[in-house]
Amino acid sequence: MLSRARQFLLTRAAWWWVLCVGLLPLLGLVVLTVQDGLGANPAEYLIRATGDWTLRGLCLGLAITPLRVQLGWPELARYRRMLGLLTYLYACLHLACYVLFDMGLDLQEIVLDVLKRPFIWLGVSAWLLLSVMAATSFNRAVRWLGGARWQALHRVVYAVAVLAVLHFWWMRAAKSNFNEVLVYAAILGALLAWRLQRAWQRRRLRAAKPTSEV
Amino acid sequence: MAISSNIWQSCHFSASDITPVDVYQNRRQLLRGLAAGATGLALTSWAQREALAQASGNSPLSGKPTTLAGGQTMEKSTAYKDATTYNNFYEFGTDKADPARRAHTLKTDPWSVEIEGLVKKPGRYHLEDLLKWSAMEERIYRLRCVEGWSMVIPWVGYSLADLIRRVEPQPGAKYVEFITQADEKTMPGVRSGSLEWPYVEGLRMDEAMHPLSLLAFGMYGEVMPKQNGAPVRLVVPWKYGFKSAKSLVKIRFVDKQPVSSWTRAAQQEYGFYSNVNPTVDHPRWSQATERRIGEDGLLAKKRKTLMFNGYEAQVGQLYAGMDLKKFF
Repeated sequence: MLSRARQFLLTRAAWWWVLCVGLLPLLGLVVLTVQDGLGANPAEYLIRATGDWTLRGLCLGLAITPLRVQLGWPELARYRRMLGLLTYLYACLHLACYVLFDMGLDLQEIVLDVLKRPFIWLGVSAWLLLSVMAATSFNRAVRWLGGARWQALHRVVYAVAVLAVLHFWWMRAAKSNFNEVLVYAAILGALLAWRLQRAWQRRRLRAAKPTSEV
Repeated sequence: MAISSNIWQSCHFSASDITPVDVYQNRRQLLRGLAAGATGLALTSWAQREALAQASGNSPLSGKPTTLAGGQTMEKSTAYKDATTYNNFYEFGTDKADPARRAHTLKTDPWSVEIEGLVKKPGRYHLEDLLKWSAMEERIYRLRCVEGWSMVIPWVGYSLADLIRRVEPQPGAKYVEFITQADEKTMPGVRSGSLEWPYVEGLRMDEAMHPLSLLAFGMYGEVMPKQNGAPVRLVVPWKYGFKSAKSLVKIRFVDKQPVSSWTRAAQQEYGFYSNVNPTVDHPRWSQATERRIGEDGLLAKKRKTLMFNGYEAQVGQLYAGMDLKKFF
């Protein structure tokens, strides 16, 4: 059963299937917008929903490697880039909703707002870092940068995770309602902790067997 | 200032925005007509609103349209559905959809309000009595939330001043403190610690005595929906919405400025006065503009927030000579 699931993950159909599922939240938002189903404050709904989906995307994207290693399912690796780019799509939509619906595309307003609200520049910096990753997500970029440098660059996703949680925490601080923030912080924290633990283990192994590195 | 507010009004409304009074007064008849299947009549947005109000199951509560200056804005009322499903009432949760979902547990009958402190006629007064203390009026007020959105609500009630005069404050009473219901059993938000409960608000005596300060028992021609602060709440239209405490259980006359719940939670962000003021920003966001719920489309620019929420002509003199940046 499990092996069949793993086999399926390798198919072209599975790739398309995951992509479609990843686009479902966007489709849902489009349908709700067209049907006037976003409630009393549609702008707020869209800004929050796209932000929520960006956070969820980050959690899923960062869960790929731990799952791949812990389960021993290398097939999962081919979904990491797609999830990363989907997350970037929702981050772009989140930013676009803010710029269009909250700020009315008024550049001066935006600058003033960013200065006024530090939590906004936290979000903007997270988006900028994601942009760098998205721009270097192609195969050719990996080759051009070289594997090690590419990997080092893409570790900024850990900073993005921290910035995103802080951004959300700061927003919710107004209502001192941190329940949801804590859920995301716990998930992302666990995923980062797993990596730290693995890095530490590797370093210890290397220290114990200095000759193993040839 | 009266001039500027008139200019503002004249350039924002067309005659078609205003429902003719006779149509409005005969609205129930008209609705019956609609319900009976009268065709050819366009179901206007307010008729829809009324139909929704009737579907809510709340008893009707009507008031005579007020003659008070500033008491009836000509702006279009917010849809009943939006006004009753998009609420801040933290006793039922911090999400704005929570009150509509959860407030049905609030028990409003029997209800009494305790009047205490520096007052000649203290006591526990039953809601039925309070309802008779003055003539019910309909007042259509703008409501500006500190979060940057606004609505227009047709409230039903009477001036808080009518209640205050009846209970005769002592000369030492300088402020009025409002204490609201905090019942762990029926209010899930009270069990979680987003704020200190009960929710407390306060007004200076002259603010409380201002005729625009309203003790509201209903809205949209019906008894106050639970999610909007049933059975009796405060409405102070020139202040940010959180000053208008809901589900009042105690009104206390005091000599010292009360500490309201939001001031206690974040002193540097929410001051005692909390007058709507586009020139004094919240430390974390601008208060210069607002989004009118149900009116301003997704791509519409937010509208400018008015000094004292557009009630400057009526209440400006209460704050003459005060540094409103300091007393925010």
